[in-house]
This record gives sequence, structure tokens and C-alpha cells, in this order.
Amino acid sequence: MPEKILFKYIDQPDQYRIDTYMKNGGYQAVPRVLKDLSPEQVIDIVKKSGLRGRGGAGFPTGLKWGFVPKDSPKNRFLLCNADEGEPGTFKDRELMAKNPHQLLEGVIIGSYAIGAHLSFIYIRGEFAFEAKRLEEAIDEAQSKGFLGKNILGSGYDLDIKVYRGGGAYICGEETSLLSSIEGVRPLVRLRPPYPAISGCYSCPSAVNNVETLSNVPHIILNGAEWYTKVGTPKSTGTKIFCLSGQVNKPGNYELPMGTPLKELIYEYGGGIKNGKKLKAVIPGGVSTQILPASKVEVRLDFESLIEAGSMLGSGAVIVMDEDTCMVKTTYRLVRFYEEESCGECTPCREGTYWLSRIMRRIEYGQGRMEDIDLLLDLCDNIFGKTICPLGDSVTIPISSSLQYFRDEYEYHIRNKKCPMER
Amino acid sequence: MIDEIVVADLRVWPVNLGEHVGSPLQKCKITKMITKETEEKILNLKERFPKVKTAILPAFHLLYKDVGYLEDEGMQKISELLGIPILEIYEAASFYTFFPVEKIGKYWIRVCDNLSCSLLGAEKLIEYLEEKLKIKVNQTTPDGLFTLSTVECLGSCGTAPVMMINEYYHENLTKEKIDKLLEEFSSSTDPNSGK
Repeated sequence: MPEKILFKYIDQPDQYRIDTYMKNGGYQAVPRVLKDLSPEQVIDIVKKSGLRGRGGAGFPTGLKWGFVPKDSPKNRFLLCNADEGEPGTFKDRELMAKNPHQLLEGVIIGSYAIGAHLSFIYIRGEFAFEAKRLEEAIDEAQSKGFLGKNILGSGYDLDIKVYRGGGAYICGEETSLLSSIEGVRPLVRLRPPYPAISGCYSCPSAVNNVETLSNVPHIILNGAEWYTKVGTPKSTGTKIFCLSGQVNKPGNYELPMGTPLKELIYEYGGGIKNGKKLKAVIPGGVSTQILPASKVEVRLDFESLIEAGSMLGSGAVIVMDEDTCMVKTTYRLVRFYEEESCGECTPCREGTYWLSRIMRRIEYGQGRMEDIDLLLDLCDNIFGKTICPLGDSVTIPISSSLQYFRDEYEYHIRNKKCPMER
Repeated sequence: MIDEIVVADLRVWPVNLGEHVGSPLQKCKITKMITKETEEKILNLKERFPKVKTAILPAFHLLYKDVGYLEDEGMQKISELLGIPILEIYEAASFYTFFPVEKIGKYWIRVCDNLSCSLLGAEKLIEYLEEKLKIKVNQTTPDGLFTLSTVECLGSCGTAPVMMINEYYHENLTKEKIDKLLEEFSSSTDPNSGK
């Protein structure tokens, strides 16, 4: 098993307590940052480490922080995106439940880097236990002087608030998250202006994923160069892969970027359930392209997956065996987007509805051959024509399943039934 | 104090348990009111954030915890306490699916039927639950004990299939596990037992 960074102490039952966390080397990065480093130096280290956002888009973290203007007279805010809603993803939940202080340390360092004095951790409503644990961790950190006024005598103040969401997938999109915190109907916003310029309460803000921020203290302590030695040159560090679906050992696996998909499924995941054959994999959460079994050799990093015609996304690997109906799978995913579309952009609001109806009739044996072209035409009218990526995302399972499994669609239509009915 | 209100047809909000929890004109008894303690907590939220509207969502969580669903009177109260127009409260409330807007069963069973859970047999388990509780999805048992809903991904795919009962997750579900849980909940008085 390669060396873990974020999950190193995850199996210690008391790691969520500040004493255990500190005994295991925690809260050493915060004093280092506050005493020896300027915000610019912190950003520089993170830039050099090559750390890229772990929430899905893979945007370089240091660059994002660098965009927040330093001379703005307005307040600045750091928002930690813990609205983990991408189907297949469950890494942030484990990070928050078992190692909340690691995240807090990352939030403190990030806030210091952009000059924020108030930071929100936006956690999805369902994670009641994790929210409580974070709040307890914040209290502990406060009592040890790592949070609050004049942290460790440095003159820097920071307050972190846990903010529970209300069960909307769209709030994981950064501009919707900002609207949600502002207390208005959480619709997405047009960019520009980007959150770095006009984010939370129209002030400069940075939005970072839980896993991204959890990496930061380790980068500060061990140096950017150490971090770049893990992973691949363009996708540095480790990534937590959420393995789920029809595998023998599902779960979170922290592995270096660039680990082959095959190794993850067969070595760590123990292979396909019930000795079946692999049919398809979604490599990065349901908003990424479905890959057929023939591409199982692909390496799991940002570049390799783009080359293979998919994306790393949030690292949620969903495994499907030979008995899975790809039409049914796609229909299920389209239904998800139909349910979660916020209704702001017409192509997405109406498009997801019709795509779902057409997918349904194909799955239930009432499809027509021209439906396949109709699906693609609809997708073409949605992709790139909405404010946020949710519209793009609904087209991805359809276009990729049609690319690799068109014969299944045709079978459904020709034989007026689903072949996998059990 | 109102102990019986008519749930009018304007409450056809797109919520998860949504469409079919009884008929839109079904009469439902409100037995619980927002407590003084919760009112205090909501009032305290006013100072907690840079802008008062940020307090709306935390106030919903408090109301939900107290009353079990977002009802008109509670939202009216939030509006008064925070000094925010009721329209803006409704506007936010109608978006989020986490809070029921009608009275539901004492135990709210939310089963994930998204991809990872489906691949591991969530649909069969939902059918089994329907059979055992003798209700369909989005309905409440006549004794008012259980409401059954399906939800989108709960972020626990590594331990699929998964469901929530009120605040708690129940993972790696099997029919036997469901039997045990339902039995435990049917005979319990604590709303968060079965943990």
C-alpha cells in the first residue's frame, strides 16, 4: 500500500480529538504559517505544490487564492465546500467525521492566505453527525487558541462557522453555494464576475473542497517539492478514490494520482462482485463520461482520463458488472439531473425533463429508432448553453453511453424490452 | 393556537416526499408548536452572521428539529423573529428538499435509489419496504409512524444500499436489517433510536 497523506491516521479511533490529532503531528502547520510566512508565501508554496481542486474541476488551488485581490477594502471569505452530493462520492464525509482538525487547519491556512476573517464550512444537510463533529472540533481548536481572536499571538483573527445545507445538489456548485449562504433562493450566477472578485455577500471569496483544504497543512509542513514527488508531474499528490458499485471491497482508497484504474478495482477493490465480468466504469462521479471495460488500463489522473475521453471529477469510481443495463443506468442518472436541476436555465430545466421522458420510454420498450438522434439533438441544445455545468452534466452519460453501448439502445427499441430484466 | 388546519392546495411545492402525501386538501392536526427555547435560538441567529438572511437556513433546521416539518406558523414566526418578509422565507423554503412541508410520520425513512445503491439492489429493498409497511413510496402509514420516501445520493455509496431514518444513516442494508430496524422503531418512543 503506498504512503497515505490524508488518511494516514484515519483508523485511529480518537483522531477526531484535538489531543490525538496534535500527538500525531497536527497543528504544526498553523504556527509555522502565522509566525514565519506571509500570505503571499503561503500562496506561492501551494502554487508550487501543483495542488489542484479535488471537488471536480481540478482548478489549481494556489492560482485560485492568488486571484483574490489583496488590496480590496471589502471583507474576504473562504468557503469550504462540503456539500458532497455528486453520486458516488463519499470521501469528504469520512474526512470530516474522522479527521476534522486536518480540515480546520487547512481552512485556517487558506483563510490566512486570502486574508479572510470569517470562513464557512458549507456541509450538506444530511450530514448531521459530521456537522456536529466539526462544531465540536471548532470548539476544541478555539480553546487551544488556534481559532478566534489573535490566534497564537499573531494578531490574526479567524472565525469558522459550520453552515448546514438543505438537501440541494446544486448548492455544491460554487455560485449556488454562495447564494445559499446569503439566504436567497440558491440559483447559480453568471461568471464573470468570478467569486474571487465578487463572491459571498459580493465580497472577494474563495471556494475550496474539503479534500483540497485537507491537503494544505501537509504541503506547508513538508514543502511543495515533497508534494510534487507524489503522483504525476501535472496531477500532484494523492487522491481519495471512492470505490462503489459492484466490487467486492467498496470504500475510500487514498492512492497516488496516476494509479491505474485496473489496480484500484482488482487489487484494492478485490475485483468484481460474484466473479462477474466488468462491463463499464464511471471514473469520476456521475458527471463524467462512462468508460467501457476495454479502457480499464487507464491511469487515474487529470490528464490521462481526459485522454481516455473522460474526467477525474471528484474521484468517484462506480463499477458496473456485465449484468448492468446501460440504458437503465443512463435513465437513472438523467432522472437525477431532472430532479436536481434548479430550474434557472431553460435548456436544462426543460431539457432534463424531456431527456428523462425519452430515456424512460426507451427503457420500458416504447422507444423509436429516431429517439436516439432526438436524444443527441437535445443534448446538443443543452451542452454549453447553461449557466452552470449541471446542464452539461446531464448530456454526458447519454452521449458516452451512446458512444460505447449504442447496441443496447437499439436492442431495447427493436425488441421492445429491457434485456436485463430480472 | 391552531390545532387543526386545512392544508390548502397552494402547498404543492416540489419537495422530495412531494406529490402524494395524502391529498392536497387533507386535514392534518398540528400537535407541536415551536418552543420558546427554539424561538430564543432563532433570535440568537440574527447576530451570528454578517447578514441576517444567512440565518434563514439555520432557522429552518431548528424549526425542523422542533416541529418535524416546516409549517406556516413556524415560518411566520421565523419571519417575525428575523425581521425578514415572509415571501423571502417561502422563497427559500420552497427550494430545499431536506425539510418536509407537511406533517409526516414520526419516522421518516429516506432510501437512496441512486446509481451505486441501485446497483446493489436498492429497488428490491424499496419494494420490500413498501410491502412491509403496506404503503407506497411518498405515503405515510395509517398509524402515523412511518413515511417512506426515495432520495438522491446520500453520500454513502461505499456502504450501499443506504437509507436514513430521521437524522441517522443505516448502511449496508439487507432485508434482515430492515426487519430489525422496523421492529425496533415500531416499539420505541425515542425519535432517534435505532442508532
